Order: sequence, then structure tokens, then C-alpha cells
Amino acid sequence: MPSLLELEGIAKRFGPVAALQDVSFDLRAGEIHALAGENGAGKSTTMRIVDGIIQPDAGQIRIDGKPVRIRSPLEAQALGIGFVHQEIALCPDVSVAENIFMAATAASRAPLMNFAGMERKARAALAELTDVDPGAKVGSLSISNQQLVEIAKALALDARILILDEPTSALTEAETRKLFAIVHRLKAKGLGIIHITHRMAEIFDHCDRVTVFRDGRYIDCLQVDGTTPEQVVNRMVGRTISKLYPPKLNRAAGRPLIEVEGLCDTHLLDDISFTLREGEILGIGGLIGAGRSELAKAVCGLGPRRAGRIRLDGQDVSIPDFATALDHGVVYVSEDRKAEGLFLDLSIRSNVSALRLGQVSTRLGLIDRSAEEAQAQRLGKKLRLKAASMANPPSVLSGGNQQKVALARMFSVNPRVVFLDEPTRGVDVGAKSEIHIILRDLARSGVGVIVISSELPELIGLADRILVLHEGRLSGEIGPDRMTEEAIIALASGLKPPVAAQKLEGTEQ
Amino acid sequence: MTETSLGQATEKRDIVRGSDGAMKRLLGMREMGLLCIILLVCVVMSLASPYFLTWSNFRTIFLSFSVEGIVVIGMTMLLIVGGLDLSVGAVVCFAMVVAGKLFLLGINPWLASAGGVASAAAIGAAMGVFVVKVGLSHFIASLAAMVIVRGACLLVTQGTPLSLFTLPPEFKFVGQGSIGGVPLVVIIFLVLAVVFDFLLRRATRFRAIFYTGSNERAAEYSGIRTKRVIFWVTVLCSTLAGLSGVIFMARFGSATPQFGVGMELNVIAAAVIGGASLKGGQGSIFGAVLGVALLSLVTSSLILLDVSVYLQDMIKGFILLAAVSFDHLMSKRAGREG
Repeated sequence: MPSLLELEGIAKRFGPVAALQDVSFDLRAGEIHALAGENGAGKSTTMRIVDGIIQPDAGQIRIDGKPVRIRSPLEAQALGIGFVHQEIALCPDVSVAENIFMAATAASRAPLMNFAGMERKARAALAELTDVDPGAKVGSLSISNQQLVEIAKALALDARILILDEPTSALTEAETRKLFAIVHRLKAKGLGIIHITHRMAEIFDHCDRVTVFRDGRYIDCLQVDGTTPEQVVNRMVGRTISKLYPPKLNRAAGRPLIEVEGLCDTHLLDDISFTLREGEILGIGGLIGAGRSELAKAVCGLGPRRAGRIRLDGQDVSIPDFATALDHGVVYVSEDRKAEGLFLDLSIRSNVSALRLGQVSTRLGLIDRSAEEAQAQRLGKKLRLKAASMANPPSVLSGGNQQKVALARMFSVNPRVVFLDEPTRGVDVGAKSEIHIILRDLARSGVGVIVISSELPELIGLADRILVLHEGRLSGEIGPDRMTEEAIIALASGLKPPVAAQKLEGTEQ
Repeated sequence: MTETSLGQATEKRDIVRGSDGAMKRLLGMREMGLLCIILLVCVVMSLASPYFLTWSNFRTIFLSFSVEGIVVIGMTMLLIVGGLDLSVGAVVCFAMVVAGKLFLLGINPWLASAGGVASAAAIGAAMGVFVVKVGLSHFIASLAAMVIVRGACLLVTQGTPLSLFTLPPEFKFVGQGSIGGVPLVVIIFLVLAVVFDFLLRRATRFRAIFYTGSNERAAEYSGIRTKRVIFWVTVLCSTLAGLSGVIFMARFGSATPQFGVGMELNVIAAAVIGGASLKGGQGSIFGAVLGVALLSLVTSSLILLDVSVYLQDMIKGFILLAAVSFDHLMSKRAGREG
């Protein structure tokens, strides 16, 4: 039986950089095929070639054994390729139904739109996925629902080959389960599904084979049965990672660094109190939309705050805006590097110096380039930032190195308390463990570290204590002895409130 | 148990159901709010001035915005696709001047007008090339076009108005005549507005304008040739400006090289009051027509009330500010609740 999709000897250069060299891949009908690799390994580039968004410099693509050239997404669709993009590619100003059938509209010969028919079909297409109104504007939906619309959009094309590029990164556990139920149904129908992911659990629970890329090259293709997660990880990173997380705090935490009491915002957060002690890393867990980022932002003066007291080193402080937070050494590092975190097109050194320009300015208020360069070099070296020059923009860096630029900026102000929102999102395995070590060292040096993460293994591996939010309230706290994924999920979904409440009262004394 | 509670947190926000939703959407439409404001101004004015509720006053108001309104139609579509055209005032003038000059050279006025409109389309095509191929922003491309085209108007006319009193009466009829008491320019405008509003709402090809303006990458990945869409909407906007220019010529029987200075700002203001967003993806012709109508209504009301000419521009500016701020605040609130 010929493969549904075969790639052979695919190569692609971007300027001087060889993004892909001699890449091969094959997909059979009726399988879920995981594509794994660190960021920058070439997974997305390969799939963009399959979708016709970019053209390969060399190599051959075959569908059903026949060589094809795919010059545009339109041609890819005609060949039965559906692509669910990692970053949501929907039009926020038009309806769910129109987004789902946009490709059909683009190819349609009918002169007029049939909105009623479209909404009816959209309702059917969405029925198995989610409950949104097909007439609602996409911009008004939550991110996870937008992701589901994106999936419905790809399915609506009657695709034979479905490419899912990290489709679960914005989904809750329940939605992820629903998605995989659908993916398995599609597999049973004979579709070939390519599932790009970092998550070992998804590979081993749902996929049939896994292909690993590293540094733009094909490394291996394994049957999932009979393979261990360690084998996959070792092929991804090209070396053996023995210990994923740095050792935790082995003594009692010190004096309180920051105490937050009765924090409320205008629409979500309700009466949140917690204390962070010297030496410990405090984790914050919860579902998307539970108020984790809102909490960090509210404390740092970046979000609205209606009530609540904040004490730093036992002193009451008022933090009306982020500039004041910085003056107190309280820093927030955003989960969204592109939109909120970095100036992607400015130089790395401008990014590092941005929080406190005074440090690199002359007495006349002019920026001292050499001081700025020296600061970036110093912090870059400390964090093992890999960049050709500090004059380059972060946009050319990998996710991990971008995150290090964000961390270097945080270090530039000699922080006392830092809030890190998803500090390893979009960061590859190697850089991830480096960042974990950096954060642990920071905590050991006496800086308060608060980490928000959706990745339960990361929370458990990194934090000494975990606070869990549910719909804007603290639903509980998990100490080092009780840290399991089940415990976090239970609290995040609002179960077991009485136990949690008792525990909380205990810690507030 | 776990599963349902996990799902609910994210889903309940997004559900708007059935006919209830449709009704809500209708009432929530920006056009409704604008209509109410226009009616309110009319009621107040009919109490304040005995001349307001007269046929001749309404005729004057309609006449005052109809030809400019044709430009607003094109600008609205361009704003929806994510573009902007600062050159429309100059292009209106250029079409007028080219058509006038051709007529004075002895060419049939209809053919001369076609030449004027074609020259406007050519300017749009040139801007479109700079935007789509070179990669300039609409702002820069049309700013350059505005200056160049205005210069060209002065060059063609040598700085003096072209007197076109020899235009044949059947041509002047387009700008000056009436059918059943309704000025022909008003009819032309309303027909164009209805046609383009319908196309934009219902025609498959025109929906691509919304898709491209809302998220160009998403549209491209859906197989829409977004560059082409942007190019043609740019051309269409200039073409409608050219059409407006030759109608102005028929109406005034002259072509002045300074005509239409500052028109682009009025036109953009009307489209924005009508709900178009400078970020693209939003807007409607109906809304824009109401926007241009509101601005004219206010101007003529101020004249009726004997408000100083010098105050009128300021008041129009404040209306723009108020309308857009109000909308912005409302949508922010809706976003939080919805």
C-alpha cells in the first residue's frame, strides 16, 4: 500500500540558514503520526511546505505515490490537506460560520453568500466540538473556542490529510480529550493525521508512530508501541537528559517577601491572599481563564485592582502601576513574548535595558551605547544567551533564547519579587531545563519567584508550593508532600473546596 | 463531574442562542444608534427652526453630501480591507480637471468624463502597485499620491479654473437635473450605495474584503489572493472618487485645481463614524452613508442656527471624537460582559 503522503530529500534555506536538510517523512492512511522535535527542529517549516505556504528548494512530495507540487494553500486544500495552525489564523471580525467555510467561499462560483445555509452547516460541523453560536464573531470567543473553530475549519475541507500543529496548547484537559476523541474517529475513517507536539503524554496515549526531527534533519521514525518516552526525548535533544528539574528547597522557607491580602479586581479575581517566602518558588496553577495571569498583573499594577493590600518585606506598599512595581523591584514577565513581552524588532540590548534606561544613560539623559552593550553582554553571558550579536533583534532568535532576553531584562532591575507567566512556553527541552535552573538559582539567592504554568509536570517539578485558582478564587494550596497532577486538576476544576479552605487558613497565620 | 465543570468555565461566555441572538445583533448594530442620533437631531432642529422641516432644506442637505458620498462608499471598502486613501480629494479634482481639459480640447463630454474616471483608476492602480508589490503602507502611498496628483491638477490647469459653460445641457443634467423633484445626483448616489452595500454584505467576491482586512494571513491560508483583493479595492476607491469628480464637474460647470482640498478627512470621518475601523475588518456602506448624512445634517443645522462658520469645523471634529469614543467604550464594555 503506498503511503498517503511522502516527503523525500526536502531541503529549504532561509538566506544563509539551512532550515531543512534532506528531510523525509511518510504518513499512512488511518494513522496518527506524531511529529516531534525541539523548537527550530524544522517541524513547522516542513508542514508549511506541505501546505504550500513556502516552497522547498529541493526534494519531492508524493501523494498516493504520485509526485505533486504544492504552490499555495489553495492547491494543498484541493489535494485534501487540512492544516490547523498553531497560532490561530482566523478573522476576528466575521462569524464563526464564515471562518469555517472561508476556503469554500474563496473557491465558490456562487455569486451570493448563503449565510443561513452556512450557519446550519457550521452548527453541524461544530456539534461534536463545542457549543458556540455559529453566528457569533470569532473575536468574541475565548481562545480555546477559537482553537476549536480552527479545527472545525480544517475538518470542513473534507481533508484526507490533517495536520495539527500543537492543537492542544490552548485547550483545557476536557477539550483536549474531546479533540482526541474526534481525531480517533477521523483516523477510523481512514484519514492520515500528523500531530505536531512536544507533549510526550499525547504521543504515547494517542499516536501510532512518531517521527523525530532535530536541527532541520530527519532523525528517526519509531513505532510508538515498544518505545519509551526517554528514547523519544533523547532523540529530540540529541543527548541524554538525566534530570529534568533542579533540586527543590531543602530547608524551611525564610521570612515573607511579599504578602498579598484580599486582592480583588473588577471582574474576576475575588479575595485572593497568599504569602511568598524567601527561598521558595511558588507555583500558580489553574485552567485557562481562571485568573492566573490576571492575578500576577493585578499585583504588578498592570491590571485593575479594586481591593487588597500588598506588603513587601513586611512594609505596606501601594502599586498603582507597573512603573511603581519596578521601583519596588516587582517584575512581571509576560506569557506572550510577541504581544506583550519583547520589542521583537529592536535590538537585544535595547530589550534588555528597557525596564530601567537610567542605568545605561549618561548624566545628560542620553543612552550610552557601550554601557547598554556591556549590560546585555553581562546578563546574556550569565543566562547563556545564544545570539550572534546584541545588536540583532530577538525576532531572529529561537523561543528559548527569546525567553532568555526577557529574563535578562528582568535581571537588569535587580528584582526582589518576580512573576513569570508561562516561562517555558514555546521553549525547547534543552533551554527549558536551563531556565528552570536559572529560576531555582534566583530563588536561592533570596529573590521571590512566582511561576504560572499550564504544564502540570513543570509546576510539580519546579515549585515548592502550588496555589490553584478556579474562576477567580483561590481553590486551594498544595504543599510539597501532596503534589500530584490529580490534586491540581481537582482543585483547578473546583472540586474539594472544604479541604482547601482549611489548609489556607492554616497558612495565613 | 470533572469534565462538565472543566468545560463550562470557557464555554458559557460564548453562547448566544437562536432568534434571541439575531434580535440582539440587529439592535446592537451601529447603524441603529446612528439612525437614532440622526432622528434626534431632526426632532430638535424641527423645534428650533421653522425652515428645517421643509422639502427644500432636505433637498439641500441631500445634495450637499451625495457626490462626496460616492467617495465615502469607496473609502469604506478600502478601510474594511485594511487600507486608507489620503489622495481621494486630489483624485476627485484630477478626474474633474482631466475631463474638463479633454472637453475643452474638443472631445465629447461623455468620452471626456470616461477619460477622467479612467485617469483616476490609473492613479489607484499605481498606488495599488506600490502597496502590494513594493510593500508601502496605504498611508504613505496615498500621501505621496495626494501631493503628486494635486500638483498634476495645477499643471494641467496652469493654476486657473477651467470654465466649462459650453458643456451641453444633457451632460449638465447629470449634475443639475432632477427626476420627479429628486436631484439626479442623489439618485445616482443612493443607487450606488444600495448596490455596494448589498455586494459587500452578500456577494461572495466582496466578502473577501472583510476576510483580508480582518486577518490577512488567515484569508491567505484559506486560499484568498489577498494581494489582489487589496489592489482591486484600492483601484475601486480611486475610480469612485473619479466618478464623483466628473459628476461634480457636471454640477458646477467648471473645474478648479483647488477643488476637494481636505475632502479626504471628511470622507474618512464619515466612514469611521459609520463604523469602519482603521484596523480593517469592520464597517458597512449603510453605516458610512449615515455617517456622511449626519455630518451634513449637522453642518446645515448649524447654518440654520446661525452658528459662526468658524465654529462649524470644530463642532464636526468633536462629533467625530464623541461618536468613535462612544463606540469604543461600548465595545469594550460588551467585550467584558459578553
